[in-house]
Amino acid sequence: MADALKDKIREYVHNEYVEEGNEVEIKDDTPLISGGLVDSFSMVSLKLFLENEYKIKIPDEDASAEAFDTVNRIAGVVRKFSPQA
Amino acid sequence: MVYGKAARDHYVAELAAIKKDGLFKEERFIHSHQGAEIEVEYPLGAPVKRVINMCANNYLGLSGHPDVEKAAAEGLSAKGYGMSSVRFICGTQDIHHELERKLSEFLGTEETLLFGSCMDANAAIFEVTLGPEDVIIADRLVHASIIDGIKLSSAQYDSYKHMDMKHLESKLQQFQYKRIRMVATDGVFSMDGDIAPLDRICELAEKYDAMVMIDDSHATGFLGKTGRGTHEHCGVVGRIDVITTTLGKAMGGASGGCISGRKELVDLCFQRARPYLFSNTLAPVITAASIKVVDLISATTERRDKLEWNAKYFREKMEAAGFDLRPGRHPIVPVMLYNAQLAQDVSRELYDEGIYAIGFFFPVVPKGQARIRVQLSAAHEKDHLDKAVAAFTKVGAKYGILGLKKDQIIAKYGM
Repeated sequence: MADALKDKIREYVHNEYVEEGNEVEIKDDTPLISGGLVDSFSMVSLKLFLENEYKIKIPDEDASAEAFDTVNRIAGVVRKFSPQA
Repeated sequence: MVYGKAARDHYVAELAAIKKDGLFKEERFIHSHQGAEIEVEYPLGAPVKRVINMCANNYLGLSGHPDVEKAAAEGLSAKGYGMSSVRFICGTQDIHHELERKLSEFLGTEETLLFGSCMDANAAIFEVTLGPEDVIIADRLVHASIIDGIKLSSAQYDSYKHMDMKHLESKLQQFQYKRIRMVATDGVFSMDGDIAPLDRICELAEKYDAMVMIDDSHATGFLGKTGRGTHEHCGVVGRIDVITTTLGKAMGGASGGCISGRKELVDLCFQRARPYLFSNTLAPVITAASIKVVDLISATTERRDKLEWNAKYFREKMEAAGFDLRPGRHPIVPVMLYNAQLAQDVSRELYDEGIYAIGFFFPVVPKGQARIRVQLSAAHEKDHLDKAVAAFTKVGAKYGILGLKKDQIIAKYGM
């Protein structure tokens, strides 16, 4: 079943982090940070995007590298603060 | 007992994990001065071996230059060994001021402040000049010291894809509501030797009212027609607001760094930069020798011209031998091997052949981009380069990688 939230996260990560000529498929469980695609420091952009997009505030303790490591987990974080997302 | 079993077990496990991941670093003892040829003890306890050094940041060959060492000795005798003070108490000598003035003149900036290192300069600049109302937009591959500096600042942070000007522009648009925007980039990126497009960055910065900061550690002294750095190379002298750079690479190679740029920014660093306020003054001997370095490279471009020739010659010979190089013209020449184990094996075998060049692999470079990073120097003579190419060719042939491109090397050895 299509999941709009996950699609949005996937699209953002693809546009924001995947370099041209180095195409990688981002699945729901692809490790983004531990896999070296997103470095934990530039994860800030992703957090900001989600906060703006879903009008939420993600506290730092919920925005760890582990919590943001896959599309599945990121979607879980967003839904914790915006259950209808 | 304070250092108890739990603490010790923790550190033992951490060290074991580093070793297990193949990331444990070991030093090699060098018994000689720095130079094109050095005497190395490796592994520790092994007989000292004379090898050609292809991995120093000694771009201009000034680290072991007799004139620089003489200036250091004279500086030692004229100004002493230590100052036992931070700058603003009783640690500023006339020569510190003289060096700052000469660096401003050389870099084409308004004002300069010396630091113990460029790492210190980068630790200072963002924290002092930007606050929560501001944003730093940095290239995604900036040096670790810029990242650390940004972390110390209260400004918001965002990044753009490596040298991707479209992406940078979108970020500048996104942050128009901020009080101050600062674009931060390395002038030259140390792993690939690629050069930031400062002309385009300055255009965007002017269009979107942003300041530009560069760390020019891998360019100061030799990039650009008269060696001023990346801003000269890109034709934007006077348009960069902040340059941080090091005296520890081309500029004599001992230590020290600086922030150089707009007067008010540098003046604020004089007042508030913690690595300036709470760390010792640059040693007189380094200060005196650095003045000599600036004088030498201001008087003639001979050394940077030779370095440019060496880089071009080495690249041509290595490409002709069949190596896959990252394209460019910088004296950093990445010889791409892609596989981490292969990079380590080739480095070891090169050492056996009398060539000292180090393999780089994840996490220093992204996974699947392992390489030998060769760094050329004006201290190298053509004979050194020919010997290095011959050794690379011999080892490359043994591993069957000559003439192979990325996909073929990966097919043979994996990522």
